[in-house]
Amino acid sequence: MTATTDAAPRRRVRRPELIGLGALLGAGALMVAVGARWFTGPLAVVALALVLASIVGLVVVAVIGGPDARQRLAPYGLLKPGMLWLALFYLAPLVTLLRQSLSTLPSRFAVEAEFDWNFGNYTDAFTDFGPQFQRAFLYAGTATILTILIGYPLAYVIAFRGGKYRNLLLGLVVIPFFTSFLIRTIAWQSLLADSSVAVSVLDFLHITNLLELIGWAQPGKVMNEPAAVVGGLTYNFLPFMILPIYVSLEKVDPGLVDAAQDLYSTSTKAFAKVVFPLSLPGVFAGTLLTFIPAAGDFVNAQYLGSPNTTMIGNSIQDQFLVQNNTPLASAMSFVLMAIITVFVIVYSRLFGTEDLA
Amino acid sequence: MSAPTSRRGLVARWGLNIYAALGMIYLFVPIGWIVLFSFNKPKGNYNIVWQQFTLENWSDPFGEEALTDAFFESIRIALISTAIATVLGSMIAIALARYRFRGSEGLNFFLVLPLTTPEIVLGSSLATLFLDWDVTRGFTTVVIAHVMFQVSFVALTVRARVRGFDWTLEQAAQDLGASPFRTFWKVTFPLILPGILAAALLSFALSIDDFIITLFNAGSLSTFPLYINGSFRVKFPPEVNVLASVILFVSVALMLSGTVWGARGRRKSAA
Repeated sequence: MTATTDAAPRRRVRRPELIGLGALLGAGALMVAVGARWFTGPLAVVALALVLASIVGLVVVAVIGGPDARQRLAPYGLLKPGMLWLALFYLAPLVTLLRQSLSTLPSRFAVEAEFDWNFGNYTDAFTDFGPQFQRAFLYAGTATILTILIGYPLAYVIAFRGGKYRNLLLGLVVIPFFTSFLIRTIAWQSLLADSSVAVSVLDFLHITNLLELIGWAQPGKVMNEPAAVVGGLTYNFLPFMILPIYVSLEKVDPGLVDAAQDLYSTSTKAFAKVVFPLSLPGVFAGTLLTFIPAAGDFVNAQYLGSPNTTMIGNSIQDQFLVQNNTPLASAMSFVLMAIITVFVIVYSRLFGTEDLA
Repeated sequence: MSAPTSRRGLVARWGLNIYAALGMIYLFVPIGWIVLFSFNKPKGNYNIVWQQFTLENWSDPFGEEALTDAFFESIRIALISTAIATVLGSMIAIALARYRFRGSEGLNFFLVLPLTTPEIVLGSSLATLFLDWDVTRGFTTVVIAHVMFQVSFVALTVRARVRGFDWTLEQAAQDLGASPFRTFWKVTFPLILPGILAAALLSFALSIDDFIITLFNAGSLSTFPLYINGSFRVKFPPEVNVLASVILFVSVALMLSGTVWGARGRRKSAA
């Protein structure tokens, strides 16, 4: 935006925006500094006073600046409370997590760790918990592929054949959210018990035989095997795949398909060349919404698996809350987040779309 | 799409419908299990094998005292955190949907981050913050944690709902002499309220259901999911299924009434 034509009036209206944005970012940075305790004692009090002053200042500028400044400052004022909350309780914790991961427990029974650039926690995380990391990404990846295979056709049928029942069907997909995640997982423990109906059906279809080939189940036994963990993950995150795919399919103009068929395209070809490419943003968003929480999950492995199927989430939870080895647990958390961030960046470069939500 | 005429097309069409129906059944099997087993009379401490039908559990849903306390603790937490998150999140959503301003892309991206961070990282990192502050973890820290993940969720949900909102209505009201304050309460707010309420309902459900983040920040506090997890080593009483079914039925009823209300609103504004 070059303001060559009417530079003078533009500069005047641009200033309130810079004040608003600057105050927002500055206050956010101060909140992180106070939260991470870079600033302590009197310095923290000064920082908090500055944050308060930035809020008061915003209101003052809005009042004396007239309607135009008010209009331009309004978004920053609206954003501020929520963004400061996230700065203090989302960003600052990542700093303390990093610091904790580089700390050492003075003794085995100590509660408070001391920060001393101890990179040993990271070596321990990789050497002692390699299998857990591998299983986390293997199980989460398999579950993500399964949710696409189950969720895509379902979203397609709702979007194109739902007719007037579309919203009702979509509402049904959301209903699992209203029952507890934990109890749904426990439900699978009962449903997949040895000699249950579900296992008999899987036996009859020879799916258990197939799973036996890769060591994920045995005929007549699915519970406490990797298949049960992956099945639970698939089930629990399926709605997160269906909803974004539905949203992108809903935007596809059925007229485009008609047009393709008028031009003698077969319906398979029309799907492959028209509908599917247009739905890729939904598949992309669904993949992130499924894979990320699944990779960090420990509930499914805890309730449906065995000690041989634990994922990295189980180890983090155990080290943090049971063994009280907070530094090691923090290092594992940080590695998990780093791997996932790299995955998200690479994945969005390859298949990226502009908007996630 | 044009109706398929060939037999092969018809088979493919119905094949896909049946496949989708099976997917839907898969989604509902555990839900059915939860409701069904609320009528079970278990042998021993674990309600995971079907024995016989009974109405006993429903006649005394609050029979397990520790479970009941945990259940109402969850509701208290959800009420407070949802109220805070709905206000903060809706303000963000209005800012992002209503105004074009410097830095909106960056802030938008920042808002998505908490939702793309694994829960275990959110929970453990927040716990290290409270450790660092020497704060005893309990009710307040859980509320803080819930608001943190709910804010982004409410903001993105409300933003999606108000995207199509006709902001020139505000201009019209102001041209007719309404003050900005009056314009907001009389024009904007009633129109975006259904979207805000839908987001609040979903984030209330997220709060009641949250297990992983809560586990790291609860200290000795017990919530509904924490109670189930903590007592699972020794028991899994049928009252759990009863209370879960109650949450399910109430949520579905609220969602349905919201849909009916929304549809009536649309008809009214169309007329």
